[in-house]
Amino acid sequence: MSAAEGGRAPLDPADVDLAVDLCGLRMPTPVMTASGCAAAGRELDQFFDVTSIGAVVTKSIMRSPRSGRPTPRMVETPSGMLNSIGLQGPGIDAFLARDLPWLVQRGARAFVSIAGETADEYVELARRVGQAPGVAGIEVNISCPNVENRGMVFACDPDSSYRVLSEVRPHIPDDIPVFAKLTPDVTDITIVAGAAADAGADGVTVINTLLGIAMDPDTLRPRLGGVTGGLSGPAVRPVAVRAVWQIRRALPDLPIIGVGGIRTGFDALEMVLAGAAAVQVGTVIFHDPSAPVRVADELRDELAVRGFASLDEVRGLAHV
Amino acid sequence: MTVTQARGRVVSRTPVGDYHHLVIAVEGIAEHTRPGHFVALAVGGADSGMLLRRAFSIYRTSTTGRYGPTVEVVFAAHGKGTRWMADLAPEDEIDVVGPMGRPFALPKEKVACILVGGGYGSAPMFSLASALRERGSSAHFVLGAATTPRLFGVLEANRVGSSVHVTTEDGSTGTRGRVTDVLEGLVDDVEAAVVYACGPMGMLRAVADLAEDAGAWSQCVVEESMACGVGVCMTCVLPVEGEDGLVRMVRSCVEGPVFRGDRVRWDAVGTIPPGTLGAPR
Repeated sequence: MSAAEGGRAPLDPADVDLAVDLCGLRMPTPVMTASGCAAAGRELDQFFDVTSIGAVVTKSIMRSPRSGRPTPRMVETPSGMLNSIGLQGPGIDAFLARDLPWLVQRGARAFVSIAGETADEYVELARRVGQAPGVAGIEVNISCPNVENRGMVFACDPDSSYRVLSEVRPHIPDDIPVFAKLTPDVTDITIVAGAAADAGADGVTVINTLLGIAMDPDTLRPRLGGVTGGLSGPAVRPVAVRAVWQIRRALPDLPIIGVGGIRTGFDALEMVLAGAAAVQVGTVIFHDPSAPVRVADELRDELAVRGFASLDEVRGLAHV
Repeated sequence: MTVTQARGRVVSRTPVGDYHHLVIAVEGIAEHTRPGHFVALAVGGADSGMLLRRAFSIYRTSTTGRYGPTVEVVFAAHGKGTRWMADLAPEDEIDVVGPMGRPFALPKEKVACILVGGGYGSAPMFSLASALRERGSSAHFVLGAATTPRLFGVLEANRVGSSVHVTTEDGSTGTRGRVTDVLEGLVDDVEAAVVYACGPMGMLRAVADLAEDAGAWSQCVVEESMACGVGVCMTCVLPVEGEDGLVRMVRSCVEGPVFRGDRVRWDAVGTIPPGTLGAPR
């Protein structure tokens, strides 16, 4: 019997409180969708009630409509997948006219992800999203690996990260939490997280995908139309847990959303033990469109069986 | 549209030529299925490292059998996901999402229709033929494959079709050659108004071009690899021209998989053609 089990009597899952307060945003469960894995929520509402999960994080929106990259855009890899979608999207005008109002009217907590090629673009997006009614939070995606100029991943550099977040933050109302989404493809992610926090980010979302390549056995050439792509799925989970752990250790007061390869309730618990305040599920949605609800239910069971009545009791517990 | 995710139970899996015919007992899907819909199956079991669903056109459904409602698909064991499916046995469980996609559009008038199936791409054509004939339209089949074992459904086509034409590239059954070799004359002979097609992309392009030249509509079930099948991942896109003349990268899972052949930019599949909405400038 483990120490945790030895010390606590199991609870009825109904007595476990999964609610979290993420920088003022109250969510019934800590499970959010990951950007790029839920579109703008409408399709998933066929499988579960999108108001019942923590928040719907929308696919990163850019200033203009964007066609994305050529196909093939996806390759299955061991316990994961590579994608090179290239931020296909309708652009901010259509998003604000059509996608966001649906989410807000539906009653979902809409966490809007924004992406730009320049700091000015981020500022414009932040201003417009920040003024839109009903926005629950903003995730600043400074780490998408599938933009044309791959040298422009802001989150690879603490100074660029600081610059984007510091320019963006003043344009978003104080009561809307702003999270910076970071890439693990850096030497020390805690330095980038620190820069984002210094610039006014309320928290960080870790991790975005890792850059990878897969070869085609027939053509002996890269399989993705975009050559390189972002690796996601259970294969990256230990990297994500490590990133959450390191940031929690370096910056104990900085709220962290843990994302990367979560498939089960225990996977979510791992993130919380490492220090995550909330979690996002991404690629698993492609496998199981009901996953955001299932993972929350399983997390509740994982806490109950170990005798924990709330997430506050386990957050960062692995550091103690 | 009602889409369901449900745990299915394998009723049977039988080899048919080079393919497998899988019958799954599953609630909530058969009663909403129309010809051209597809299902996405999770492969590899609960702890599988294979994350992406495999999408298949629905071959047949039944709502009244002794196993309850069933959904049937036909597949080739190509990769490790479909090889896992080829080992399924009665009582095995499989997670099913469906029915999905836009089904075939059916003509409002009683007209002559041709149904073209390449390999197991013929699977969705039999329920379509029944639907067409119920409405008074004819349903002429053209089934083609490289070899005889790769043909699917010739006997069934004889039962539900108005006529059946078979082509094999090796000449082992029917006319030696490709579906287009017999399609050209047939479109004129029956004065076809609509040509329906499902099979490899090269075949679809040839069929769509031929139909257009002959003044017929075409309805093509495209084949683009999908990660989710439900419209959230944006992997299965292809360039399609809208009624406004603008080309967009559209999702074949929710805007398709059935497209009007004259709308698909076949020459540009796998690229972002210049002028596409949001194309890099």
